[in-house]
Formats: sequence, C-alpha cells, structure tokens
Amino acid sequence: MSDSIIKCEGVYKIFGENAEKMLEEANGNVDAKTFQDKGCIVGVNNASFEVSKGEMLVVMGLSGSGKSTLLRCISRLTDATGGKIFIEGQDLLQLNNNELIDLRRNKMGMVFQSFALLPHKTVVENIAFPLQIKGIKTEDSISKAMDMVKLVGLDGRENYFPRELSGGQQQRVGIARSLAVEPDIWFLDEPFSALDPLIRKEMQDEFLRLQEKLQKTIMFITHDFDEALKLADRIAIMKDGIIEQLDTPANIVLNPATEYVRKFTEEVPREKVLLIEDVMDATTNNNLSDLKVSKDEIIENVAEKILTQEKTVAVIDSNNQIVGSINPSKIINTVFGGRKNNS
Amino acid sequence: MELIKKYPKLFQWLFLLIVFFALCFAIDVPETYKFIRGQAEFIKDPNQSSYVLFGKEVRYYAFDVFWRLPPLLGWLPIWINDSLFFLMNEWMPMEFWNEDTQEFKTRPLVLQITRNVTSFMTFLIDLIREILLGGLNTIVAFSSWDWIDANPWAELPGLPWTIVAAGATILAYKLNGKGLALFAALVMIYISIFGQWKPSMQTLSFILVAAPLSFVFGLSLGIAAFRSKRVEKALYPILLVMQTMPQYAVLVPAIVLFGVGDHAAVIITMVVAVPPMILLTLLGLRGIPPEVIEAGRMSGCNNWQLMIKVLIPTARRDILIGVNQVIMVCFSMAVISAFIGAKGLGFNLLLALNQLNIGLALEAGLCISLIAILLDKMSLAWANKQIDYFGNLTFFQRHKNTFFFTVAIVLGILFAYLGSFYFKEGYNYLFEVPHNKGISTADFWNKGVDWIFDTFFVYIKAFNTWLIVDVLQPMRALYLRMPAVATLVLVVGAGYIIGGIRSALVVCGLTLFIALSPWWDRALVTTYMATFGVIISCIIGFTVGTLCFQNKNSASFMLGVCDIFQTFPSFVYLIPVMMLFGITDTSVLIAVIVYATIPATRYTIEGLRSVPTALHDAATMSGVTKFQRLFKIEFPLAFPHMMLGLNQTIVFALFMVIIGAFIGTEDLGQYILKALSDKKGAGIGLTLGICVAFIGLIFDNLIRTWVDQRKKHLGIS
Repeated sequence: MSDSIIKCEGVYKIFGENAEKMLEEANGNVDAKTFQDKGCIVGVNNASFEVSKGEMLVVMGLSGSGKSTLLRCISRLTDATGGKIFIEGQDLLQLNNNELIDLRRNKMGMVFQSFALLPHKTVVENIAFPLQIKGIKTEDSISKAMDMVKLVGLDGRENYFPRELSGGQQQRVGIARSLAVEPDIWFLDEPFSALDPLIRKEMQDEFLRLQEKLQKTIMFITHDFDEALKLADRIAIMKDGIIEQLDTPANIVLNPATEYVRKFTEEVPREKVLLIEDVMDATTNNNLSDLKVSKDEIIENVAEKILTQEKTVAVIDSNNQIVGSINPSKIINTVFGGRKNNS
Repeated sequence: MELIKKYPKLFQWLFLLIVFFALCFAIDVPETYKFIRGQAEFIKDPNQSSYVLFGKEVRYYAFDVFWRLPPLLGWLPIWINDSLFFLMNEWMPMEFWNEDTQEFKTRPLVLQITRNVTSFMTFLIDLIREILLGGLNTIVAFSSWDWIDANPWAELPGLPWTIVAAGATILAYKLNGKGLALFAALVMIYISIFGQWKPSMQTLSFILVAAPLSFVFGLSLGIAAFRSKRVEKALYPILLVMQTMPQYAVLVPAIVLFGVGDHAAVIITMVVAVPPMILLTLLGLRGIPPEVIEAGRMSGCNNWQLMIKVLIPTARRDILIGVNQVIMVCFSMAVISAFIGAKGLGFNLLLALNQLNIGLALEAGLCISLIAILLDKMSLAWANKQIDYFGNLTFFQRHKNTFFFTVAIVLGILFAYLGSFYFKEGYNYLFEVPHNKGISTADFWNKGVDWIFDTFFVYIKAFNTWLIVDVLQPMRALYLRMPAVATLVLVVGAGYIIGGIRSALVVCGLTLFIALSPWWDRALVTTYMATFGVIISCIIGFTVGTLCFQNKNSASFMLGVCDIFQTFPSFVYLIPVMMLFGITDTSVLIAVIVYATIPATRYTIEGLRSVPTALHDAATMSGVTKFQRLFKIEFPLAFPHMMLGLNQTIVFALFMVIIGAFIGTEDLGQYILKALSDKKGAGIGLTLGICVAFIGLIFDNLIRTWVDQRKKHLGIS
C-alpha cells in the first residue's frame, strides 16, 4: 500500500540477556514458554501490520499482552529485537540518533497513561515544551501553545501547574502537548485509563472530535474493549505478545478469529457497534418498503424504525443509491440471536 | 521447644548475649592493662612490644589476644604518610615554567597539580572577597606586584555595607517577596552594626565559592552515576565512608596536599559536601517515573536537553534537599576549617571559645546561623521560582529590580562618600563598621553566664558530679571492660542474626579494622559517648515526636524547628553548653544530645505521618482508642522509618562526639585534633577518621538490613 504510514514486518521484542542470539536461533518460531525457561520474556511476538494515512488503529489487550511494548518499539523508545519498522517508508531501526530526534520533533506525538507532565512547568509551558526543544523562540512557542490550550478547552488555566489540575484536565494538557508540533503520527498509550468513567467518556468524545478535525494517523493503546470499539477504524487484539486478530470492529464482533477474541465479543451490545452495512444483504428485490436507511447508520439508531416495517427495507449510500436491503428479522437476529452459535 | 520454634530470633539473641557475657567473665582483665592517656607510639617504655614492617617500627602494649588484639594495622598510618610525602615530593618530577622567577623549575607532578588547584581556588575566593571588602590580590593576579607598585591607585575598593545589604534585600524580594526581603535586611543590618561585617563577608566569600562548586561537582557525579552502573559501583563505597567520616579527619590530609588557608578549606568542604549531593541527585533521578522520561524523548529531546530540561527539574525535590545539605555542610565547615587557617566568623568563634569568651562566641555563632538560614531560604526560593509569560509588564516593571539595585549602588557610594566627611576620627561607619567598633552584647552575655554560674553553681555542679560519677564513669568502665573477642562475637553475631552471613562478614570486616588499629580503647570510649547520647536523644526525640504528631499544627511546627536547628553549624551547639557546664564531658554529651535529637524527632514525626490514612480510618472504625491506635497500628508501621532516624541519630551523635574533642574528651576525636598539629599527622588523622566512619557503618549496616527486611515483611518497601 503506497499510503501506509506505519509498517511493521515481523517485529519481535524480547527482554533479557542474549535475546538477539536466542531470537536468531529460534528461526522465526518464537515460543514464549521456552524463552521464559531460559530467562527471557517475550514482549512482542512477530507483529506485522500496516497503518494507512488518517487511519486509527486501536491495539487492545490486557495488561502484560505486549501492547505498550509494541507501541514503544514503533516510537523507538525501546529498540525492537528483530523485524523491520517503516515510518513513511523510512526504516526506523536504521535511523541514527539525530535522525530519530528529528523524526520525533516533527512527525510524532505521544500521550501517556500517567500523563507524564513536567511537574515544574505550567500548563502552557508543558505544551510549549516540544516546541522549545525544537529551538522555536519563547514568544512564538508560547503563542502556539496558547492555541493548543484553546483547542483542548483549557483556556483560563494556562498558568496552572499540573498538580493543580484534575486527571481529565491533566490529560488534556498531555494531548495538547503531543499535538503542539503538529505531528502526522499520533501515539496514545492508554490515555484515558487513569480517568473516571464519566470523564473517560467525555474525553473519548472530545478525542473523536479532535480526530475528525485533525485526521492524524493514530495508534491507540487500550485495555478497554468498549473503548476500542467506539474509537477504532481497525482493532488489533493482542495476547502474550501475539496479535490474535486485526480487523474492523464489525468483523471482530461478527467473526472472532480465536476463542480468546470471542470471549471479548460475547458481552458486546452489537446494535451499538455494528452498522447497517455490516448486516445488510447485498442483494435487493423489488418488494421493498418505503423506508430507506443509510448504510452508515448504527443499528441501534434505526432498529425501531426498521422493525415497524413488514417488508424488507432498502439500504442506501450517501448518494442515495440503493446498495442493499435488510429484513427486519435480520435485525432481531443480530440483536437477540444466539451468540454462542453465531460464529 | 515450642517456644523456640515460635520465636527463633529471640532465642538466637538470648544465646548470643549468653555467649557474650560468658566471654566477658571468662577473660580476665590483664594486670598490666591500663587506659593509655597519651599516644602509645610516643611513649618509651621497656614493657612495650614492637614489630617492624616496611622499615618502620610499630610499638604497642601486648596483651592476651582475647583481651586486646595486637595493632597489626599500626603500620597503616605510617604507610599512608610516607606515600603522601612520596607523591608530593618525589613522584614524577617534571619541568614547569615558573612565572615569578621566569625560569623552568623541576617539581613533582602532584605538587604542581595541587599548587595549580590552590591558586585557582585562591583566585576565586579573593575575587568575591575583594568585591565585598576590597583588596589587591585580584588585580595582582591579572598584572603583577611591580605594576601595582607603579600604580598605587589600582585596588578594588570593595562595596560599602549598605550596598551589599540593599543587594541582598532586593535579591530576596525578587526571589520570594516581602517576608524574605525583610529577613535579609534585618540579618545584614544586624551583622553590620554588631561589627561582624568583615569576618561575615570573609565567610560569605568562602561559601559563595565552596557551595556552588560542591553543587556542580555533586550534580555532575550524581548524573554520571545515574548514567553508568560502573561509575555508581565505584563511587558507592567511597560515598558510604565519606557520609560517616567526621569532618575533622579530612582536614589533616588536606593540609599535606593543599597547605593551610581558605583554599584548602574550600577543597575540604567540597570533599565533605559532594557525597550527600551525589546521593541525593542519584535518588532523585532514580525516582523519576519512566513515562516522564519517555515523554521527554518523544518531545524530541537530545540527551543534553533531556538531562537539563526534563530529568533535573523533575528530580528537583531531592536535588534541592541536596543543595540544602551542601549549604549546611559549608557553614559547618566554615567553622571547622578555621582549624586550618580559614578566615572569617569561624576563626572568631574558635578564638572566642578558646578564650572562654562565651558572649563573643555567641555573637559570631548567631551571625553564622543567620547567614546560613538566609542562604538556605534563598536557594529554596530560587529553585521554586517561576516565570510569568503573560504579565504584559512595562519596561520599568520588568527591570525594576535592576533599577533599584542601581539606585542602591549610587546611594551607597554617595553615603559612603559623605560619611568620609562626617566621621572624622578615621572610621567611616557608612562604609564598614570595624570589628571592635560595633555594638557588642558580649559583656551582657558574659555577665549573664557569670550570673547563672554564681546562682546555680551548686546545682549545676551537683548534677555534673552525679552524672559523671554515677552514670558516665561506670558506663565507660563497662565498655572498656569488654574483651575484644567478646565485642567481636557480639557484633558479628548481631550481624548474622539480622542479615545472615553477608551482613556478618561486612560487620566483621569493619570491626576487625578498628580492633587491629592502635586505637581500640579510644574507639570504645567514642562508642560509649555516642551510645549514651543516642539513648537519651532517642528517648527525647521519640517522645517529642509522638506527642507533636497528635496535632497537625504542632507536628508542622516541630518539623520547622528541626529545619532551623539543622541549619546551625554543628560547632555552634558547643557555645551554650560550655556556657552552662564549662569544660567537661557533660558539656560534650549535652551538645551531642541536642544535636542528635533533631533527626530522632524528625524521623519519628515523618514515620508516623507516612502511615496511610486508610489504615488510620480503618483502625478508628474498628473502635480503637487513641492509645491502641498508636501502639497497634501507627508504631509498628512507622517503626522502620523511625529506625532510619536512629541511624541518622547515630551519625549525628558520632559527629558531635568527635567535634567535642575541642572541649576535651579522651576518645578518637582527641587524637584527630592532635594529628592536626602534627607534621606527620595525615596518616593518623585519616586512619582515625576511617575508624570513626566504620563505627557508624557497623550500625548503619545492621539497621538498614533490618529496616529493609521489615519493610518487605510489612509490604511497604
């Protein structure tokens, strides 16, 4: 794919002494158990994927699944033990220190779970920090930082210290800081995990609003499956360093690749996740009702209307062209259908 | 048997004590044994044994090896001395250009290096001193004496005291507002009108060189240790010894290397002040959350930016404590280094104490303490300062401090100039109040002391006699009565019970070093004094700390008091006790107790405070009374931290015991003090210092090991 911004080919990260030697000997067949017996811990095991421009890839996994390690390999906060990583076609592992710094200063931004704000700097100083590191004049960097303060809705608090802010506000600063250099690639490492549920929901909405506006290429790490479903263009589910499945939310819910993935999908309210497009029949017939629904609607929003119809309902795209149909029984089947047998 | 299984440690301790006492009773005191008042190696006595090593004779009194070990390490001081002299006078002679005589001269490398360091330090001190007080040396450094002779006008005039005082006030205002400014002004005016200006500025110039240098060195070495495991491993043992080494002991080798005077004092101060700075820097850097470092990296910091803009500021809390320590040590050393010819308040203080002029000593001591507190607060304010980007200030507002300072300079010079007309009799009070012309309250204090002495003489004397005859002498005799082997068994056994074989070996090595040195008896006396001081300090400290903890305000107040007391240079504590108890062991011990109570109190309060609120609440909801909560919840949980306080208390007590040699004690400190005036004292001084450090380290090792285990057990590590 020509517009893939991030590309990983067989990335491994193994912790411990002699990790590289052991990886070589394993010959591409890494088994976590045998490695552990020899004192090595496998963080990421043969990860290959691409993220294209403007796409949001959410990496989901429980703690210890290697999702944060994967992110750190791609941001090169740690060096991958094996494999290749390309950022906009550049081989990341071949970059020297200065090139790497240059890349981070201009192309990358990152948000951290514990916010990682500098305690001795005020909100605006924290946000201006990456700019000042680049060597931008104090006045310019501060005025740019003030724009970011407004963007994340912290006006009036620019002179507060991080310790004077709530968790949600602190993370807004973290987000603003990571966006200050206008990066193309945005890494978010469990940005909302440390927040209260209500604040988390608010921040997620805010995040979607920002992304709509900014259209960054995003890798988003989370341990919350619902969050992944809500935000993702595609989801990668990780377990023990291995990517179990990488697909769109709908496909993951409808066709879990492994038993492990299926466990996550069991409790998911499908009507809130799936679009009409995901469940419609691509075929049409002439016996359609008058109601037309857009293929991009979430099932929940139109279910009631569809269920009042007796005939099959037409599905249209944004150009008002009929692209398929959906029978009310299909809705009932999707929402209430026996889940365990479904796959 | 049931009991033994239930409390294995208790029975191990019991067994150890039984063995110890059995040994004590089994080994008789040899008839020839007596406590040697002088130094054994200088006594010509046919009863002495001797051995020869490296061509040097070591003489000693031989006893049964169970009673006292022979001083097999007696050659160490001699050897250190010889090596030092060899280094300084013979090793690697090289040709060096001599500026004064305009010719090449052959000199040993080390001597040349130390001379260069010396002249650099002297230049720095002179520069600051002459800005404050006026003088010639700085200009000479850039030209020559001949040029000065030809141009008699060339001399740094020095600043009138009004300008320095105004400068300090404005700086304090800029840093922390009105309160600190007022304090700075009062301190400066006090110093001036009490005629302490010149010595104060001498001390200040010494500190303004020593403190920043120590800070920079400590910070750099701390960073180096943070970045390289190897550096840390190499530094760690040195740091450990230096932390417990009494400051006296470093003086002697420094004289050999750097001679006598302010520059040597600066170097010694650095030697003493850098270790805590390194440790605290390391501690601070280690404590930074990894995500902050990653955030710095992702912001595109290179290594330098990461260190300067992310790591150091994030670790600033611990680094600040380091700065605080550096300043404390500098002031402490400002007094102690008066022994090797540093000028200033310390010299006056020592002189006054020597003459038993308590009033004068009190004034000098107060000056040092006030300047110490002022600099401490200013450095703290400086580190916490923030910049306001949105102030939208006018030009005047932005530069008002510079402006006011300029005005102060002009006014100060004007006043000083006018003053030279007004004060005809030769002293210009608006330029500088001379030492003997200021207001002095010395007479008042001296009379006060006399009055106290006259009025309470009977009681003080009675207390003194009781303490010495009934408590101290018996305790001392008990310590000296311990056979060396019994002591060794006790210490090593304790090491084994607490920390297993590893601890036992470490402690055994440390004790053997002392036992095999020629000063085992003296070390016992030092230990006895320290023990007495520590016991009383802990009783007072733990009680006061616990009582103050009951109320939030009183706890904060007490911590504040501890802060202020800690800023006083250690020597100052000797003044009031000498006032009351004169020159006796009681004076030293009371100074020890006062000084060592500070950490005991502080750590008690901090320890009790560190008990989680949730536990506190849980206990309260279980319906405990205040006392039950204290004894069942708070004490057990706070105990590890309180034990760290005990550790500090021991170090503080040892320091003060050694400093107490100035009053006159018969312990290791006395020899260290003697070594100061001995041409070949470097080796002796250093070895003695190591002995004292090792006493501290024995306790340090035992307590730390125990605390670590206990914390792990309680799950609060």
